[in-house]
Amino acid sequence: MTSTTKAPALTDEQLVAMLRVMIAQRTLENRGFALNRQGKIPFASASEGHEAVQAGAAMAFKRGSDILCPYYRDLGLALGVGLTPYEVMLSLFARAADHSAGRQFPHHYASKKLGIHTISSIIAAQLPHAVGAAYAIKIRKQTGRAVLATFGDGCTSEGEWHESLNFAAVHRLPIVFLCENNEWAISTPLSKQMGQPDVAKRAAGYGMPGVIVDGMDPVACYEAVAEALERARTGGGPTLVEAKCYRFLSHTTDDDDRTYRTREEVEAHRKNDPVPCFERTLVVRGILTEASLDALKQSVLKEANEATDAAEAMPYADPATLTDNVYADGHEPWR
Amino acid sequence: MAKTDTQGSAALEKRGLTDDQLRAMFRNMLQQRQLDNRGFQLNRQGKVPFALGSEGHEAIQAGAAMAFERGKDILAPYYRDLGLSLGVGLTPYEILLSLFARAADHNGGRQFPNHYSSKKAGVMSFSSILAAHIPHAVGAAHAIKMRKEAGRAVLVTCGDGTTSEGEWHESMNFASIHELPIVMLVENNEWAISTPLHLQMGQPEIWKRAEGYGMPGRRFNGFDPIETYANVKEALDRARSGGGPTLLEGTCYRFLAHSTDDNDMTYRTREEVVEHRKDDPVPRFERVLIDNGLMTIAEVDAMKKEILKETNEATDRAEAMPYPEAADLYKHVYEGAWQPWQ
Amino acid sequence: MAVMNNVEAVRATLYDAMKADDRTLILGEDVGARGNVFLISKDFINEFGPDRVIDTPIAEASIVGIAVGMAMEGLRPIAEIQFADFIYPAFNQIVGEAAKTRYRSNGEYTCPLVIRTPYGGGVRGALSHSVSIEALFYHVPGLKIVAPSFPADVKGLLNAAIDDPDPVLFLEHKKTYRLIKGEVPEGHYTIPLGKADVKKAGTQLTVVSYGLYVHWALDAANQLESEGHSVEVIDLRSIRPMDKTTILESVRKTRKLLIIHEDNKFGGIGAEISAMVAEEALFDLDAPIRRLCAPDVPAMGYAEPLEHEYMSSPALMADAMREMVKF
Repeated sequence: MTSTTKAPALTDEQLVAMLRVMIAQRTLENRGFALNRQGKIPFASASEGHEAVQAGAAMAFKRGSDILCPYYRDLGLALGVGLTPYEVMLSLFARAADHSAGRQFPHHYASKKLGIHTISSIIAAQLPHAVGAAYAIKIRKQTGRAVLATFGDGCTSEGEWHESLNFAAVHRLPIVFLCENNEWAISTPLSKQMGQPDVAKRAAGYGMPGVIVDGMDPVACYEAVAEALERARTGGGPTLVEAKCYRFLSHTTDDDDRTYRTREEVEAHRKNDPVPCFERTLVVRGILTEASLDALKQSVLKEANEATDAAEAMPYADPATLTDNVYADGHEPWR
Repeated sequence: MAKTDTQGSAALEKRGLTDDQLRAMFRNMLQQRQLDNRGFQLNRQGKVPFALGSEGHEAIQAGAAMAFERGKDILAPYYRDLGLSLGVGLTPYEILLSLFARAADHNGGRQFPNHYSSKKAGVMSFSSILAAHIPHAVGAAHAIKMRKEAGRAVLVTCGDGTTSEGEWHESMNFASIHELPIVMLVENNEWAISTPLHLQMGQPEIWKRAEGYGMPGRRFNGFDPIETYANVKEALDRARSGGGPTLLEGTCYRFLAHSTDDNDMTYRTREEVVEHRKDDPVPRFERVLIDNGLMTIAEVDAMKKEILKETNEATDRAEAMPYPEAADLYKHVYEGAWQPWQ
Repeated sequence: MAVMNNVEAVRATLYDAMKADDRTLILGEDVGARGNVFLISKDFINEFGPDRVIDTPIAEASIVGIAVGMAMEGLRPIAEIQFADFIYPAFNQIVGEAAKTRYRSNGEYTCPLVIRTPYGGGVRGALSHSVSIEALFYHVPGLKIVAPSFPADVKGLLNAAIDDPDPVLFLEHKKTYRLIKGEVPEGHYTIPLGKADVKKAGTQLTVVSYGLYVHWALDAANQLESEGHSVEVIDLRSIRPMDKTTILESVRKTRKLLIIHEDNKFGGIGAEISAMVAEEALFDLDAPIRRLCAPDVPAMGYAEPLEHEYMSSPALMADAMREMVKF
């Protein structure tokens, strides 16, 4: 295979920054659920259990040059590449100032400035787009840029997942395919989703490297994604990275996971909860004290509260704007 | 995997086949080539608008057909499977009816040539859309499993190009999850119309994808009908006895253009084709049979004459049959009335 | 002015576009070494290189999807679906993704994409090489669709499609590829989307058509002229957006409307045109609106009588015109 450059070791500041992203992801995700239960917003998506893989991947992402093609569970990843809590809350509240003016489902953030692609809810539909974006990078000979495309385990069953990896491999495109394997696709367990449980084992069939990483360990995730992105940026072609994590909550606020899995199973996985685990790691290593950890949490909470209040106070889009941006030149089908 | 020795000096490995079966496979191969050529001839004569070439696929199709159990297994072929269709029981007459688009054709002259189907023979109906038939094959395999019909399996085939389709992937995945009684046989002839293998996929060995699906995968020489038979039989037996799916890749080569509407000299060299012709499975297997005393030159000759006669009779008979009538257009839209406004 | 057929018109226009703008690229099955199965892009790969003339794997959903991604990142992809009959796996990418990119991102991301595909029958193409697909797609806001069938229109509308900042489905009737020849102006020009063209002026009946059938309708109208009747033939050219002004102006003049299209009748383009005219010009009509279309069966069969029964003909069109003129 191609040579891999070891990812640069993270500084203490970077480790703390990763933890901050993880805590912010959890806080905002919980905030979404709380707002939904209060009847303030119709819907929110869950991402508890994904904090390590998303913070780690975000740390490897090069702001201002890489492109992110996320999926709807990538709250932490979006925060980690620069989206603000305010932008997240605008999306949840579907306000006019949201990037999509409130048109999109929550968590379908896009930001041209940050390089975050617009996506739909159709699983795997965004992967060919990611491949096209990587092709654009290649044809323009822009070394040092890559695309990070993410998805869950369920997505790997889609035909467009297959077609995307195949094309990327044929053309050795600068793209990393990151699977956040949380073992559940709504109510479909891995055993009903695939014939063998390791997504990364499919990489060899496409002719690209496949890597399995502990998705509950943010540093390991950072290292795996950083290596893969660097390979992509330097002409080494695509990589399939599989981060094994777990989805602690239901799929979204409209799902009830008690109908398809046991509390015992979820509790057993809670032992590996990446957020308290990484908090403890940083405290044990002396990078944070209990006091500074607490301060960090308070800071994140304050930010979340301010973002919530600010977003909630914003207006909805004017209904007259319904017909904006159908085409560049108006919306009428009859001319 | 080494190619089968055709010098005939070592004892022939028959892999469980009787001499009659070996001769029957050869007959199938000759018949495929004869009918394949007949389609092209009729097209050049202006008698049929279109025909597809399958030269190079004779061994893989005869071998696979020999492993297929008539009356039990189901075949989900693609449009290059002339020999496989003959091998599971379709007749030259049915082939010619399809080429001539006559009313007596299984599809009433509606389908493109080479899109044979036959409920009786267990050959599923399919379209020209690559890979669209594969989920159907998986569904058929699922029906077999649900009904607990031991001893039955589905043989589904496709070319190398089709393995790039999303539906190929989705089908393989589903079959593997449910351990379905199905064998996926890829007839890798290195070309998808004008697209060579290196533009089709990132690494050239399709069988290697099997591990990603959690099923066994095998690659073998698709120019060798005996080797093909052994591999397909093993896989079908596994499927029939509850052992789940297998991905098989038989390597061969497409000697002609894709169809009568294609000109392969626009995208590959004559030298490449000539080089591959050295491995032409039909003359090779002929030599194997003769060198191993299974047929004499005179018997081979007689077989060829008989096949030509059969082809000519089938051609004349099919050509004389009537076309469908205009009123036939409206049949079988639904079980009931065809009109959308009621 | 050069005289060329529709294949040549597409080819020349694509060539000029590739030469003029190196953001432009072509991707599809057999477009490179083979030069497309109708030889439209023959030798393009030698001039523009394999980076810009991509022979894709067999994977229609991702041919369009990858093109969407390229467009979102500022390239100008022209995706080809080898036959319109193969487009269905790409349905979501066209309807759910390309058509909605601008709208769902409120203008932040756009999708300047052209999808070209040959459609239509009369070539013994049977179930998978003859279909008309415009009715499946014209319903979708955010998508544009054009179906020119005169070489000069092909060039002007293809240029406009390539320039258009939104996704355009460019339909090429395969039977007209070599059958229809015409004069094509030199140099770069565009024809605006949403503009129909009166191909033959008349006073007693308005005929609206497009594709192969507009040529047959003209043959039929000329036949009627020799019988002393005056029939106006409008070539729609653009299906979404569609030209209301030209249609209504004509209908108010002739007071009779006959819509002719190759696609099935139920839910075809003719249905929308009929509804629009009934809504806006009911009292300008002296006869019920009529649609001459394919019967509502799944396909034209491969056998000649089946294809013949499915399709219309200049003679059948002339019959319909005669009946309406005399109504």
